[in-house]
Amino acid sequence: MRLNAPAARLILSVLPAVPTVLALLSALALFALFLLVQGQPALDALGLIFQGAFGSSFAWQNTLLRASPLMLTALCVALPAQVGLVVIGGEGALALGGMCAAIVPQMLPPGTSWLVATPLMALAGMLAGGAWIGGVGALRQWRGVNETISSLLMSYIAIALFKHLVEGPLRDPASLNKPSTPPIPDALMIGPIPGLDMHWGLVFGVLACIAAWVFVRFSTKGFAMRVVGGSDRAARLVGLPVNQLALAACVLGGAAAGLAGMFEVAAVQGSANASLLAGYGYAGILVAFAARQNPLAIIVCALMIGGIQASGSLLQRRLDLPDATTLVFQGLLFANLLAWEALGGRIAAWRIRLQAAALADVPVQLGETHA
Amino acid sequence: MPDMHSPVVILLLSLFAGAIRVSTPYLFVSLGECLTEKGGRVNLGLEGILVSGAMSAYAVSYLTGSPWAGVVAAGLAGVLLGCVHGLVCSLPRVSDIAFGIALMLLGTGLAFYLGKPFIEPQAPMLPSIDLGAWSASPQLHNALHINLLFVIGVVLSFVLHWGLRSTRWGMTLRLVGDHAETARAMGYPLMRIRIAATAVGGMFAGVGGAYLSLVYPGSWNEGLSSGQGLMAVALVIFARWQPVRCLWAALLFGAAGALGPALQAIGVTSGYYLYNAAPYVLTLVIMIINCRPDRTLAGAPGELSLTR
Repeated sequence: MRLNAPAARLILSVLPAVPTVLALLSALALFALFLLVQGQPALDALGLIFQGAFGSSFAWQNTLLRASPLMLTALCVALPAQVGLVVIGGEGALALGGMCAAIVPQMLPPGTSWLVATPLMALAGMLAGGAWIGGVGALRQWRGVNETISSLLMSYIAIALFKHLVEGPLRDPASLNKPSTPPIPDALMIGPIPGLDMHWGLVFGVLACIAAWVFVRFSTKGFAMRVVGGSDRAARLVGLPVNQLALAACVLGGAAAGLAGMFEVAAVQGSANASLLAGYGYAGILVAFAARQNPLAIIVCALMIGGIQASGSLLQRRLDLPDATTLVFQGLLFANLLAWEALGGRIAAWRIRLQAAALADVPVQLGETHA
Repeated sequence: MPDMHSPVVILLLSLFAGAIRVSTPYLFVSLGECLTEKGGRVNLGLEGILVSGAMSAYAVSYLTGSPWAGVVAAGLAGVLLGCVHGLVCSLPRVSDIAFGIALMLLGTGLAFYLGKPFIEPQAPMLPSIDLGAWSASPQLHNALHINLLFVIGVVLSFVLHWGLRSTRWGMTLRLVGDHAETARAMGYPLMRIRIAATAVGGMFAGVGGAYLSLVYPGSWNEGLSSGQGLMAVALVIFARWQPVRCLWAALLFGAAGALGPALQAIGVTSGYYLYNAAPYVLTLVIMIINCRPDRTLAGAPGELSLTR
């Protein structure tokens, strides 16, 4: 196949998405097969997933409501991933962040303006989440404790702490059936974005992803982090403060998850209660891996995963499928995303060819590349 | 004879009973993880396999009326998912840790989906052996109701210990996990051995799941496992990759897991959630004590990505 420079540049720009798209297609195929084996109408189900995710303004609203915390919890995976750490404890950071944000209004004098209270709530959430995941990073760097296991353990501990405090010392005596912290005053609740049926968390989720992308891609610190992620040893050799960089990546990631908890409390739930533990932290892992740890791609992938989750109730209603159906699809998608990583070597070879074509303006043979 | 009704005795007895009752899933999953890691791979997906095993065991026990058929089904489900992990991780550039996380999600998703019709009905349970009939104390009697799966697990840990140390199979597996280059140079089929180890490891984890649904707590629902599959990974590190130490570690974890219910039994109910988090705290503390940043752990298989 002969390529000219603009075509090469175009293909080069979509090349990183190739494994993700292939994984999505093969996951869809396997999911359809899984349903067909049981005699379920597979094509209808796939159509309903799309319809339930993006088919109506109600579907979009439902999707966006799930996508905005997912953007932030995915950053809790993607930022530590820049320094080569696999952190999967976002759920705990979200819970603690939400809880700490929920108790801030009680400590402020009544009638405090949202201009003061909301930033303080966000700060409390971010500090709690950042400290929790920062602890994971510190254990990794200074004690050599595997961060994947410790982050999940810390998440379980955080959830136990959350339940203990919300159902015990922090409980609002008026919350009878569903133990909750005292409700946040109406004046301090975060409202919808004008013209949209969606709260401001979406805007902050998108902004956080863009900021993270700029930081990772263009700042010196971000570059240093990626050097650490590429090779810990090389980073130490050139004198980078490896431990501090790794810790910073974990703190920033945890802060993002904590902020997600704050928005869930201040824009959706109105108080910290068990509804906060909806699995956004765990789904964020999938989002980050689907985005191949690229903060900008997280925005798109969060919409995709949020959409899949949003379609669950439609599948349940129309086809009488169990609520775990979307979980099966997400699992298949995750497994396929990783399996298609095997294509990486081939893609690297294509990239070199395409780069040469794009720069030199010389047509190249693409058909004969081998990894 | 100590006073059998004093709170301390009751607490210790329920911890002892809990150690045996709660430890079995830890034991099976950690033996499975131990075997997998001896081959140089980490399978974090054993948590998903544990849940799948629990569901398969319960469903098959209900459908056939034989709990032992359920145990076999759980083992088969484990082999199947273990094979998936083994095969996919044999592809180039696929991280075994990341794929384990995916398998955790996939395994629990499949189990919740396929297990939906089995939440309501009551399946036949595995019988237990009554070793405490001689005791006058009902607590002690209760503690000595020991399930056959626990006995099998204990025997298995000693057999594995011997097998890894003294058989040709065991030594080949350890060579593959310790130094892949040497194993390859000697002509051993690296991938096949690792896939086999992961599959057998998956089988153990599946059987561990059968214990959850057919013995204790002895039902099938979506909140059945509370991360035992993942804690087993930490437990293997604590046991320094030795099957018999996995047994002692599993008993310790079982006792920690029984702390919440045991304290409830003597009337301490205030910090229920905190006491239930004891196994997580214990795991974390053990990892903090055992790990060092500057060197890999003694006894760790050389090819393991987890400890590098």
